Amino acid sequence: MTTTDLHRLTGAYALHALSDEESTAFERHLAGCEACAQETAELRATAARLGLAAAATPAPAMREQVLRRIGTVRQDSPGEPARTLVARTGRRTRTVSRWALAACLAAATALGGTAVWQHQQAQDAQDRARRATQATDDIAAVLTAPDARTRAAELNGGATGTVVVSRARDRAVFAVSGMAEPPSGKVYQLWFDDNGTMRSAGLMDSHRAEQTVLLKGAVDGASGMGITVEPGGGSKQPTSTPVALLSFPS
Amino acid sequence: MKEAVQIGRNPAHEPDLQELVRRVALGDEDAFAAVYDAVASGVLGVVRAVVRDRAQSEEVAQEVLVEVWRTAPRYRPDRGTAMNWILTLAHRRAVDRVRSVEAAAARDHKASLLERVPEYDEVVEHVEARLEREQVRRCLRTLTEIQHQAVTLAYYRGLTYREVSEALALPLGTVKTRLRDGLIRLRDCLGVTA
Repeated sequence: MTTTDLHRLTGAYALHALSDEESTAFERHLAGCEACAQETAELRATAARLGLAAAATPAPAMREQVLRRIGTVRQDSPGEPARTLVARTGRRTRTVSRWALAACLAAATALGGTAVWQHQQAQDAQDRARRATQATDDIAAVLTAPDARTRAAELNGGATGTVVVSRARDRAVFAVSGMAEPPSGKVYQLWFDDNGTMRSAGLMDSHRAEQTVLLKGAVDGASGMGITVEPGGGSKQPTSTPVALLSFPS
Repeated sequence: MKEAVQIGRNPAHEPDLQELVRRVALGDEDAFAAVYDAVASGVLGVVRAVVRDRAQSEEVAQEVLVEVWRTAPRYRPDRGTAMNWILTLAHRRAVDRVRSVEAAAARDHKASLLERVPEYDEVVEHVEARLEREQVRRCLRTLTEIQHQAVTLAYYRGLTYREVSEALALPLGTVKTRLRDGLIRLRDCLGVTA
């Protein structure tokens, strides 16, 4: 979803008219867009007026019931995060809990599903859900493989990358956060490093600073992976110096 | 019915509510009872507008009010007034309810949507009959027909913008834009500030 699209979603967001995935994407956008945050707050307040206009008097019994119920409900502490669980891959963490990562990835892939959807509006909801689930399953299969090995690395520009490889499944997953957008018209392309020969492993989503990708194709004998900046659509062979090279964990 | 109307109409009441919620955050049950009296009719109204079914509406409204108690320590006054926070929560939970009921009961997207969206006139009549606040009613009338329909279906019926686009046979982009510019026009007409 482009920034312009996200800007236009303030109204739909204020009315709770987005899907959960879109809401999450929009909230991430809000965190860095002061104008949108202001507009969103105002439109939320406007929606609340629509709510007030519909006020209805509750039965007196409801008051008693609610006041009785709160006597048994423990209050949250001020710092407690909302109901969403956020799994983090810490910058300095060497070993990442595979399950935590899987949970994080499930969320990330759901967002990916939304992006895909934008381009295929004709696809029906079930189809989308199936594909998102499939991608999540494939990624989860790697992360939870008994022989999965993880390597984390700082990339250029403060980004953090983690590669998870399962030799048994012959697949690899790459998770990154803090990734800068590629130059206009360019994409990040992933490569398997077959002992010095680069083999394409698919493209990354240019618009997401955080994402998790199943590398396309089998690991085979690859000793590592690389990322290069390529013209839109990708290249058959790398045309630029890698912005990152990671050797696979042995 | 009428006491409900007083609540938000006079913005001077809002600081009191903020202060009450602050006390609720410290575990003050008497303050919560006062918050209940100030917001329960608004909460039930929002929920009932979306959920429709009386018994379910009361159930959801109770859950919302208990959630207000539980999460009051996390309420951030800098993000909006207490009334907005509570009514936003009420709308969110009402929408969650109709979507989960729908999700469980009917997987077939189109069929369930058609069932759920009555003839548009009926929606308007149903909702507008509930509008106690002349100002909101007047301002809703300043919207274009499409803005009005889109905003009403989304807010009072809990439809996603995709569903609104299907119901009104309009492109998704148009619906996004109408929801936004419709709300902006309402905001300006009502003189809402965040």
